[in-house]
Amino acid sequence: MSASNLDQIFILIKNWLVAFLPQFWQPIAGAILGAVAIIAVYPTLFALAVLMERKGLGRMQNRYGPNRVGPFGILQPVADGIKALIKEDVVPFRADAAVHFLAPILLVVVVFMSLAVLPMGRNLVLVDMDSGLLFFFAMGAAVELSVFMAGWSSRNKYSLLGAMRAVAQMISYEVVLLLSSVAVVMISGSLSLVKIVEAQNHYIGILPNWYVFTPWGLAGFVMFVIASTAETNRSPFDLPEGESEIVAGYFTEYSGFKFALFFLGEYVEMFGVAGLGTTLFLGGWTAPLSVLAVVPSWIWFFAKVELWICFFIWMRGTLPRLRQDQLMSFAWKFALPFTLLNLMVTALWRFMGEGWERWVVCSAILIGAYVLMGRVGMHKGQIGPRRYRYAE
Amino acid sequence: MSFAFYIVSVLAVGGALAAVLLKNTVHCALALTVALAGLALLFLNLDAQFAGFAQILVYIGAVAILIVFAILLTRGSEVPKDGVYSPNWAIGIVIAAAVFSVLGWAVLQSAWILPHDAVVPAVTVHDIGVALVGRYVLPLEIVALLLTAATIGAVIVAMHEKDGAQ
Repeated sequence: MSASNLDQIFILIKNWLVAFLPQFWQPIAGAILGAVAIIAVYPTLFALAVLMERKGLGRMQNRYGPNRVGPFGILQPVADGIKALIKEDVVPFRADAAVHFLAPILLVVVVFMSLAVLPMGRNLVLVDMDSGLLFFFAMGAAVELSVFMAGWSSRNKYSLLGAMRAVAQMISYEVVLLLSSVAVVMISGSLSLVKIVEAQNHYIGILPNWYVFTPWGLAGFVMFVIASTAETNRSPFDLPEGESEIVAGYFTEYSGFKFALFFLGEYVEMFGVAGLGTTLFLGGWTAPLSVLAVVPSWIWFFAKVELWICFFIWMRGTLPRLRQDQLMSFAWKFALPFTLLNLMVTALWRFMGEGWERWVVCSAILIGAYVLMGRVGMHKGQIGPRRYRYAE
Repeated sequence: MSFAFYIVSVLAVGGALAAVLLKNTVHCALALTVALAGLALLFLNLDAQFAGFAQILVYIGAVAILIVFAILLTRGSEVPKDGVYSPNWAIGIVIAAAVFSVLGWAVLQSAWILPHDAVVPAVTVHDIGVALVGRYVLPLEIVALLLTAATIGAVIVAMHEKDGAQ
């Protein structure tokens, strides 16, 4: 099988399967097949990611991860799934049953819908929308609503506190996420994710033209990684679901399958933002070197997404948790000004024209701003008697 | 008037009705979110992609959360003792009917101006962007000024004075 056939193999399989149906049903059947493929693939990746996380975290903490179920513990996700399915579903007596039931369902539905616009390979996007990026962020906004519903409906002070903290954190970092993506939209000139990947698809010599290899792209990428870690409530921003602080935050009162749905939703959201990050900054499905373009495009996309997941797991095992006021002040006092500055530097990059001057000027502005903000931020935090502020 | 339009409008109208008829205020806020989602779907039905997704992003992602926070941080989440419905509900119905008739008359007046089979121009995000910085740049700047004033006002309201921070 030639390289381009292997690249398009899923499209070829879909076309072959759909050709059995009459002409009228073919587009619908194609769309349904694509949706079924996504629904089949991502939970499998979720199982692998859960296993990787537990083994990886275990190794980082100088212990083996799970190693009882199957060789090297690879059947652990199966055991977790069976446990989640057969556990009793406890709903508190005074909890709001309808909202309590709908919250994990809303999370999972919205998160899977947001996967529909990611280009997972050449021609491998479920829906090619003109404003695909906006659709992805719209779905991310609905996730906050689901978190709030979960926390409020449990009639539990810890859940409500966790939900409020989670929503405040997600709203703050969503601004940073959006602004760092706007820089990419400015340069590529389109909100469609397919066109953004196409804009990164050419090579200078054998080096790729990914946006992360430019000064504004690197700054935007770093901000995007930080904001996406906070959006999905991953460590070090996982105070809303911190196990040692507020039991389990907004999903304290969820047991059994609903907890599994929340878990699934969180990990698939991680895959979603990782996919978006690779599309925007790491070139989507393009190969790192032009000689490697014989490897199919979907392998590159999933390899990059898996790298992101490994990086998330690595961060979880390494960094301590940020306190709520620390993470909020980080968002509003450092991340947001830096991202706005990055927008202006992107505009400067665009209008300075080709050449080495724009590299020097843009890098100087960004590095200077980063150092300046860091120094100013460090001097502000003096150790002294704590002053308490209460809500009036 | 396609089938999808009827389904989506049932969702929007049902959500709006639930938002005024339910007893629990947080349920009302969530029903309002469903109504806003229905509106967004109506926009998408008319091929206005940017308007639809911006509606979801802004209304459901920010305004609905704001309403829900406001309900939570005040006493609105408790069911009031005297019941939820106001004693002057008949006058309320009359005023609502009057407003509805004025709005309906305005919409129907304008509907006769547009020919029925007009070719709907496909508005892309690019066209919206060009219009925003070209023809509508003054409203854009005024909105920016308004947002800045709102942000400064919010910061001032939330800020404590230096003396009262003990």
